[in-house]
Amino acid sequence: MEHTPPPFFLRGPAPLVGLAFFASLSLTLLVLDARFGYAESIRSVLALAAYPIQQLARLPVALAEGVAGYFGSQAQLREENAELRARLLASAQGAQRFESAAAEASHLRRLIGAAERIERKSMPAEILYSGRDPYSRKVILDRGTQHGVHAGSPVVDEVGVIGQLTRAHAFVSEVTLLTDKDLAIPVQVLRNGLRAIAFGGGTSGMLELRYMAANADIDSGDRLVTSGLDGTYPPGLPVAIVVRVERDAAYSFARVVAQPSAGIERGRYALVLSGAALLPPYPETAQGKNAKLRRAKRKSADGG
Amino acid sequence: MAADRPQAILQPVRTGTIVGSFGGALLLNFLPWPNLALAPDFVALTLAFWCVRQPRVVGLAAAWGLGLLVDAGNGVLLGQHALAYSVLAFFAIALSRRILWFETWGQMLHVLLLLEGAQLVALAVRMAAGAEFPGWSLLVGPLAATLLWPVVAWLLLIPQRRPFDIDINRPI
Repeated sequence: MEHTPPPFFLRGPAPLVGLAFFASLSLTLLVLDARFGYAESIRSVLALAAYPIQQLARLPVALAEGVAGYFGSQAQLREENAELRARLLASAQGAQRFESAAAEASHLRRLIGAAERIERKSMPAEILYSGRDPYSRKVILDRGTQHGVHAGSPVVDEVGVIGQLTRAHAFVSEVTLLTDKDLAIPVQVLRNGLRAIAFGGGTSGMLELRYMAANADIDSGDRLVTSGLDGTYPPGLPVAIVVRVERDAAYSFARVVAQPSAGIERGRYALVLSGAALLPPYPETAQGKNAKLRRAKRKSADGG
Repeated sequence: MAADRPQAILQPVRTGTIVGSFGGALLLNFLPWPNLALAPDFVALTLAFWCVRQPRVVGLAAAWGLGLLVDAGNGVLLGQHALAYSVLAFFAIALSRRILWFETWGQMLHVLLLLEGAQLVALAVRMAAGAEFPGWSLLVGPLAATLLWPVVAWLLLIPQRRPFDIDINRPI
């Protein structure tokens, strides 16, 4: 007869077994998420579960802001109002000039037969808080897929590019800032049209232009704008200003450091640009083409 | 639980207290902290507390689930906190009988090591995944959480100090 201990002594598996089980489960998830990106569905469900708690956690801050705003003195409001009106006037003039210039430019472009640039829809969003991750630079916006934003859209403020929307949840979305180590943006020097790719500098809060030849025509003070070559960012948005160029004869590349133009760590509101510009379809890859050719050849060989 | 100190006899813990405390900890974690590296991780602290106090009720499964929730809420790599919390829970349970014999300062020293260990596990995971090193200020958060240990220990034991039904003829 087999002897079993009374239920009082049953304590489940040994703690070390439990640790091994949960650690391997975590590691599996980590690899799936980091290497293959298969964990997005689990993440969206969990994020939805965490959403009410996050909203609740934001309440005291929102309440404090509301109270502070209520007691904001009338004089301050009036002053702000006057300032805003002055700015509106100034920007209205600018907008009028821009409109006429845009009309002229589109007319000229039609004349030379170039593809007309597509206006992008934009959606204002509020930055709720910065992402709770000291290892990356992200902010959370109060717009999600329910409001029609998509992962991949560029995000700008009134000065220039802030970053790219990298993950859209149902009601909130995550924006990876330009300064994040993993974000790259194609740029162009405004002065001479030199193209480059700017990478985030991480904790330094700067951007770095990698793979610039040591004799490249770039100087501190040069303004960098998006080149629009990737089709993600519309061309011409201000990105950064070059602050330092180090040329060392020992290296074939120059070290170019630029400071972001937009208020990356400061602003409160942002604009999500949606609706990718109308682009021609991607050309077939060389591999796909070869395979097709081979298939066609085989077919003709079979037939003949 | 030191031998030379008088100890109150505690009521058995209620599940509601534990669930509520974890809810509160998640809420505190999701507050918009200005500097994340310096902010204490309330979920880890609460988890360490329950693993020390109730190792048979709160275990690795709870730690793993909470870690996953924190991962998704923070938008970090899925499994990062889950792994860190599992390790934290394991060592907290392993040390639970030992920790309770110490005075507050001795307990805090143990908790500091547990929380720093969990933070280092998360750091190792992120470095392996290719993140950049965010600086040693990362170790300040667990220190801040450790300083909160006496407060948390006092707060979370309040429901157990009070009897369920008050009977003046009974000593406890």
